[in-house]
Amino acid sequence: MAESSSHPYIPNSVPEIKKEMLKHIGVRNIEELYADVPKRFRLKRKLNLPRPKSEQEVKRHVESLLSKNKTSRDMPVFLGAGCWHHYVPAVVKDVVQRTEFLTSYTPYQPETSQGMLQALFEYQSMVCELTAMDVANSSMYDWASALGEAVRMAVRLNNRAEVLVPRIIHPERLATLQTYVDPVGTRVKMVGYNPTTGQLNLEDVKSGISAKTAAVYVENPSYLGFVETQVEEIAEIAHDAEALLIVGVDPTSLGVLKPPGEYGADIVVGEGQPLGNAMNYGGPLLGVFACRGDMELVRQMPGRVIGLTTTLDGSRRGYCMALQTREQHIRRERATSNICTNEALCALASAVYLSLLGPQGLRELGETVMAKARYTMQLLNRIRGVKAPVFKSPHFKEFTVNFEESGKTVREIHEALLSRHQIHGGKDLSKEFPELGKTALYCVTEVYAQEDIDRLAEAFTKVLWEGGRKRR
Amino acid sequence: MSAFKQASWNEPDVFKLGRRGRRGFVLPRVEKAVLREVVKIRESLPEGLRRKTPPLLPELSEAEVVRHFIRLSQMNYGVDLGFYPLGSCTMKYNPKIDDFLAGAEGVASLHPYQDEETVQGVLEILYTLGRWLAEITGTHEVSLQPAAGAQGEFLGALIMRACHKSNGEIGERRELIVPDSAHGTNPASGTMAGFRVVVVPSGEDGCIDLEALKAAVSRRTAGLMLTNPNTLGIFEKGIGDIAETVHDAGGLLYYDGANLNAILGRVRPGDMGFDIVHINVHKTFGTPHGGGGPGSGPIGVCEELERFLPVPRVAYDKRRERYYLDYDKPDSIGKLRGFYGNVGVLVRAYAYILSLGAEGLEEAAEVSVLNANYLAKRLSQIRGLELPYDKGQPRKHECVFSAKPLLKETGVRAMDVAKRILDYGMHAPTMYFPLIVEEALMIEPTESVEKEELDRFVEVMEKISEEAYTSPEVVKSAPHNAAITRLDEVKASHPKTMALSWRMHRRRAESQRY
Repeated sequence: MAESSSHPYIPNSVPEIKKEMLKHIGVRNIEELYADVPKRFRLKRKLNLPRPKSEQEVKRHVESLLSKNKTSRDMPVFLGAGCWHHYVPAVVKDVVQRTEFLTSYTPYQPETSQGMLQALFEYQSMVCELTAMDVANSSMYDWASALGEAVRMAVRLNNRAEVLVPRIIHPERLATLQTYVDPVGTRVKMVGYNPTTGQLNLEDVKSGISAKTAAVYVENPSYLGFVETQVEEIAEIAHDAEALLIVGVDPTSLGVLKPPGEYGADIVVGEGQPLGNAMNYGGPLLGVFACRGDMELVRQMPGRVIGLTTTLDGSRRGYCMALQTREQHIRRERATSNICTNEALCALASAVYLSLLGPQGLRELGETVMAKARYTMQLLNRIRGVKAPVFKSPHFKEFTVNFEESGKTVREIHEALLSRHQIHGGKDLSKEFPELGKTALYCVTEVYAQEDIDRLAEAFTKVLWEGGRKRR
Repeated sequence: MSAFKQASWNEPDVFKLGRRGRRGFVLPRVEKAVLREVVKIRESLPEGLRRKTPPLLPELSEAEVVRHFIRLSQMNYGVDLGFYPLGSCTMKYNPKIDDFLAGAEGVASLHPYQDEETVQGVLEILYTLGRWLAEITGTHEVSLQPAAGAQGEFLGALIMRACHKSNGEIGERRELIVPDSAHGTNPASGTMAGFRVVVVPSGEDGCIDLEALKAAVSRRTAGLMLTNPNTLGIFEKGIGDIAETVHDAGGLLYYDGANLNAILGRVRPGDMGFDIVHINVHKTFGTPHGGGGPGSGPIGVCEELERFLPVPRVAYDKRRERYYLDYDKPDSIGKLRGFYGNVGVLVRAYAYILSLGAEGLEEAAEVSVLNANYLAKRLSQIRGLELPYDKGQPRKHECVFSAKPLLKETGVRAMDVAKRILDYGMHAPTMYFPLIVEEALMIEPTESVEKEELDRFVEVMEKISEEAYTSPEVVKSAPHNAAITRLDEVKASHPKTMALSWRMHRRRAESQRY
C-alpha cells in the first residue's frame, strides 16, 4: 500500500483533523485518552497480523483462497442433512443487498425502521401460514438452537423433566439440544423406530411417556428423508399425557405436506435456510419458531416478535417489536432467552422468496423435489448392490441409499465418485446409524436436472461394477 | 441544517397485494422421463398427510414483489445513509468489498458436509481468522461457532460450568456476578446456563465497586462477566484488582466483547486477566448487522479452558498440509448449533482484518475514542444534558449523557430527544441504557464518521435543546419527518389489540374492527 496516513474507512485519520479535535478536547495526544489504562496491561508491540492491504490486494488474496474450494457449480453435490441446495432467485439476492436493510441494526427506533419491521412481520405471517400456527418469531439462529429453545420453553410451561426425541434425528441437532437443556437438567429420552419403515415406534412412545414428559418431539420429514405418517397418533399420545408436541419441519415440504398446526403441534421449529438463502458452508441459517396463539405459550416464547400497531394518533397502521418484556434487555436474568441478534436478513430473504413462489410455486417446488428424489431412488435401486431407500415409507427430498451388497464401503464409493466422476455423493451414515449398515443419505432438489441424476446412476454402476456388468 | 424527509409509502401488507393466479417465479419444468417414472407424485403420500388447503401466501408477479420490498427498503435507515450513533452497537461502516467477497460462489455455494479436500480454501480462511482473533484478544484458542454475541456468552457461561464441573466444584459454584451496568444479555446468558445471577453496584466513578465485589465473591462464585470499557464508555482501571479478586475466589473472568473496538491493539482482554472472551464480529469487525442479524460471536479462551470449546474445531495438519475439522475433543461442551458458525459473516471479518492490519485496527480504536471524546466535550456544553460519572475521566468509544435536567426543566424526555433526532436524518443513540443513568442517551460515533458529521450532530442536539426550552411540543410529538409518526408500542403488546401475524390480525378483524 502506498504510504498514506489516512485509511479509507477512517475519515478522521488525517493528522490535521486529529490535531484539531484533540485541541478541542483539551488533550495533547491520543495517548492521554488512554491514560487510565494501566501500563502493565498495555500491549507493548504491534499485533502480529499481516500488514494493511489495499482493496485490490484483499480481493486477489481472498479470491485465490476461495478458488481452492470446489462448489456445486463444479460438480453436483447430493448432500442435504439440514442444509440444502435450492435455487435462490435473483430478486431475493437483490433485495437482501439493499443497504437500507443490510446496514441497519435491530429496529429499536420503529419510526425509522418501518421497512424491516413490516418485512419481518410478513415473514412471521408467512411462517404461520405455512405451518398453520398462530404466532411466529422473527427468527432464531438455526433449527438446532430453535429446538433447544423450544424444549426449554416447554419445560418452563409445565415444569417437567423429560423430553422424548426420535432416535432418527440429526446428530448435531441432538447434540445442540443436549447443550441447551443440560443446565436445566432436562433428560433427553430416545424413542426407537420401526426397522422396516423408519416410522417412530408408537409402543416406545407410549412406554416412554409419563407425567414427567414435558414434550414429545417429532420431525416431518424425518432426518432420513421419509415422511412421518403417524403424526396424529403421536399428537394424541403426547396430549393425553399433557405433554407438548413439538414438530420439526423442512418448510419446503409444506406446499405438499399437511401443516403441523393441523395435527396438533404446540410448537413448530425448523430450518428456513432453503427458502431463499444460500448454503454458505452451513451458516448463516434461519431458525424457524412458531407456536399456538394461547397467551400462556406466547408469553414464554424466546426471541424477537414483531407486531402490528398504529401511530399514537391512530391515523396509520405501523409495526414495532412486541412483547419486549419477555426479552433480555428488559427482563434481564428472568428473560425467556438471551437471544437478541438473530437472523433477520435471512428471514427477509425467505419473505421475498415465499412472495415470489406463492402457494402455487411452493406446491410445485414440493412436487418437483419429490418427483426427482423418487426418480433417483428408482434409478439407483436398479443397480446391483444398491438399495434405495432403506425404509418403506414415502420420502420427500432426501433418502437413504444402502450399499451393503456391493461389498464396498460408503467412503470408498464416495472417493471414487469424487475423483473419477466429479460427483459429490451423500452423507455417510455408517457411524451415525451402524444398524443401517453401509448407508448414505442423499438429497435431490430442483437444482438438479435429469441428466445430473442419470450421470449419478451411471457413475454408481461404474464404481461398483467396473468391467461391464451393468444393470440387473 | 438540511431538511430531511424519509420516504413514506403507506405500502399495504403483502397479503393485500396481487391477484389470484399471478406468480413471481417459475420452476424449471420436470423432465418427461422423470415424470413417466413418477406419475401422480402427490398420490404417493397417504391421504391424511397431504396438504388440503394451500398456504395463504400472496400471489404476485415478479415486478410487484420487487416494488413492494424496494419500497419497504426506502423506509429503513441504515449506516449507508448516515450517522448511526447507537451506543454499544458499534455501527461502523461495512466495507463493500467484504460483502462482495462473501457473496462469491466459493462461499455461498459450499455445503457444510463437503469432503475436506473440496473446502481447503474456506477452512484456511476460518483457521487463519481464528488465529488472528486469538492474537487480537490475547487468548489461546478461538471457536467460531456461536451465531451471535449472546450465543457466545451462553457458550462462555457453559464453559465456566464445564470447568467447575471438572474440578468437582459445580455443586457449589452456582453464582455468576455481573455489574449493574451490564448488558441485559449477561444476566440472561447466566440464567440460561443454570447460574444464579448476583448483581454488584458501580461506584461513583462509574466503575465496578471493588469493595462490593470483594463482598460478593465467595466459594459459590462461578465467575464475573464484565465489559471493559464498560457501558458508560469508561475503562475499568481497577481491572487488575478485579481479576485478582475473582481469581483468588476460584472464579473465572468473562469478557463481554461488545466494547472491544475501543482498545484494539492497545490492550488485550487476555492480558488483563480475562479467561473467556467473546467478540461481536458484526460490531468490531465491520460486518453488516442486516436489520437484526446474522451476526457472529466467536469466543476465545485461555489455555486451561481450550479443551471445553465446542466441536468441531478447525485444525491444521502440518504433516499432510491440510486443514480439517477436528471432532476428537472428549471434554468439549458439545455443540451450540448446527455446523460450524456463520461462515458468510466470518469471511467478511477476514477481509476486514486483512484490509486494516495491525496498524489499521489500532487506528480504528484510537479514532473511535477520539470521536467519542470530541462528542462528549461538545455535547457537555448543551443545556439540559449532563455527563454523569467522573467528568474528568476520558471516555473510550462511547459516552453516556443524561437528559434528566432537560426533563426537569422542560418535560422533554430522552425518548423525545431520540425521536426528534430521527427528524434530522440521523439515527438515535441507545436510550435508557445503561440502567444506572436516568434518561440515558448512549452515544457511540465509531471511527467511520467524519468530523463534519459529528459537528452536524452537535448542531442537531443544540437545536433540539433549544426547541425543548422554547417549543417543547415539537420535540414531544416527534418524529415528524420519519416514514411514520410516533407509534403506539403498548397497543402492539396488549392482549386485546395484539396482532403478531396476519392470521391473528385477520381473526381479530373478523370479531372486531382493529
